[in-house]
Amino acid sequence: MKPAPAAPAASLEVALADGDTRHVSLGRRLARVVVGFGAAALLALVLAPLAGSTRVDLLRALDPTIPFAANVDAQILFVARLPRTLAAALVGSALAASGVVLQALLRNPLATPFTLGIAAGSSLAAMLALTFGSALTLGGLSLVPFASFVGSIGAVSIVYGLARARRYGLSTDVLLLAGVTLNAFFSALVLLVQYFADAAETLRTVRWLMGTLDVASYVPILTALPFFLAAAALFAWIARPLNLLALGPDAAAARGVDVLGAQRVAFLSASLATGAAVSLAGPVGFVGIIVPHLVRIVVGADHRLVLPGAALLGAAFLTVCDVGARTLFAPMELPVGIITAVTGGPFFLWLLVTRR
Amino acid sequence: MSRRAAAIPAVLLLAVCWTWTALFAAPNRIRDQGADPPPARIVSVVPAATEILFAIGAGPQVIAVSSYDHFPPEVERLPRVGALVDPDLERILALEPDLVVAYATQRELVEQLTRASVDTYRYAHGDLDDIWSTIRGLGRAAGRLPQAARLVASIEARLDTIDRRIAGRQRPRVLLVFGRDAGSLRGVYASGGYGFLHDMLERAGGRNVFARIDSERVQVTLEEILAASPDVIIELRANLSADAVEAEEEVWGALPGLPAVRTGRVGVLTGEELVVPGPRVADAVDRLARVLHPGAF
Repeated sequence: MKPAPAAPAASLEVALADGDTRHVSLGRRLARVVVGFGAAALLALVLAPLAGSTRVDLLRALDPTIPFAANVDAQILFVARLPRTLAAALVGSALAASGVVLQALLRNPLATPFTLGIAAGSSLAAMLALTFGSALTLGGLSLVPFASFVGSIGAVSIVYGLARARRYGLSTDVLLLAGVTLNAFFSALVLLVQYFADAAETLRTVRWLMGTLDVASYVPILTALPFFLAAAALFAWIARPLNLLALGPDAAAARGVDVLGAQRVAFLSASLATGAAVSLAGPVGFVGIIVPHLVRIVVGADHRLVLPGAALLGAAFLTVCDVGARTLFAPMELPVGIITAVTGGPFFLWLLVTRR
Repeated sequence: MSRRAAAIPAVLLLAVCWTWTALFAAPNRIRDQGADPPPARIVSVVPAATEILFAIGAGPQVIAVSSYDHFPPEVERLPRVGALVDPDLERILALEPDLVVAYATQRELVEQLTRASVDTYRYAHGDLDDIWSTIRGLGRAAGRLPQAARLVASIEARLDTIDRRIAGRQRPRVLLVFGRDAGSLRGVYASGGYGFLHDMLERAGGRNVFARIDSERVQVTLEEILAASPDVIIELRANLSADAVEAEEEVWGALPGLPAVRTGRVGVLTGEELVVPGPRVADAVDRLARVLHPGAF
């Protein structure tokens, strides 16, 4: 008698996670990953705009006979919910993929998109913009996202410069240590700025640090989009070299990888994606560490599968967290960074204890 | 074992007594009018209280103020002694005050001043009624109770005049915003249904669209603003240039469906009197009422 077939998810997992995967081609495995995690992302993207703190009559919202200016349901759907949902998907995707890349580059499972000083650098610049430039705008647009992006790139440039200082390759140890030190240094400066700020400004800066996806229009999304797309193109290229880089620079070089070039691309792509994500939503924690590990548990260690899987699951995860942020305590909004940490943290620990 | 067990209730009782003393029995030395002369040297770390002290004629008694005090103009020449999060105890003590007006939440400061035998007045932020009781309380503490009573009466009389002017008029539904990112509709903080901003809005003849939220401030999402559908949007800013005011008003154009935007009833008002719960509150209500009921003035 033939044994009963296992559940599809379990068989996929056994096939992919045990390394006994030679019988399934990469293309087919990639298709499974994209379909599986893509379905989760698509479901989240379609359902998230339907949930909110107010009731929206969908038929009325989509009724073309009612002028937009008079259709509150359509306004709520297209002006309030849709931009946030798109922002959540982009930010979640970027943070999760950056997490994967940095964990491989630094060969450290604890690395997050913020390990290399990005969060603190962008936070410091955003704090300065919120505190001292609260009345300034850049061509009519808020100064904060620009400052935040410049801060991220400034911080990673310093870290990169330090890691290259010895002029021999890119020292990942120095990257890690410089990143951690710079994080502490910038965090202290953030506190200093907050200390000198007005009470009302301090409240706003603290709120920014908790992360929020209420982007208020499509403009910030469109502004950040080129950076996300550039990062995505680099992620697609870097997936294969990352598999070898994860074995160590010497092993990778022995297999013909241009180690420094690959490290640079990895570093640049993760920095671009994270910088754009932080400029859009503030430093939303946990996505960049939970999602990559979750995906690895399901699909194994091959970065050609982990990267797309993490990007899709990251989009789904943050979109769902944002639904919680705007509905749990409605009409007040809960900071999305708190939701990712409160839901993701215990779930991750549970996985850690119950799985391998 | 039993002796140890018997010690537990004793220790607990001691702990309760100690906590009680620390929390509630800290002497709140308010001067007894009959016994003590009025304080000649007052330090205020609360801008609203400073305004009140000057308004009741206790200005000459004020010897130092907080880093955020700018009104009345006389305060500009006074020494500064920090503010809510960074009061400078050393400077305060060096000025040898008879009375220090501090925030009620500045427990350590009040405790240290009490230990140094300096009288304190603990200021608590609240709604419009709390402004009246603060004026009376400060009047009592500064030895100027009659002036304080007259000030309250004159503010109430002005508010009554405004009430009469707007009586019988349609009360528009108002979104009262007091903070957001410059140049965008991100991080909008609006007045909830509690506090002096909410009370001012109601006295000025408006209906707060977020009155149901029992909180002084609420960070509202775009969705909530759209669903609330306000007839008028008023933003309060302590200071902003005229150009910036115009630019910030235009930002609301991103929500053309709001009745307030459609009818052009979006206004950014600037001035410290709008956000300081002090004696200028009648001026603030007057300005709000003129925006909400232009035909009544």
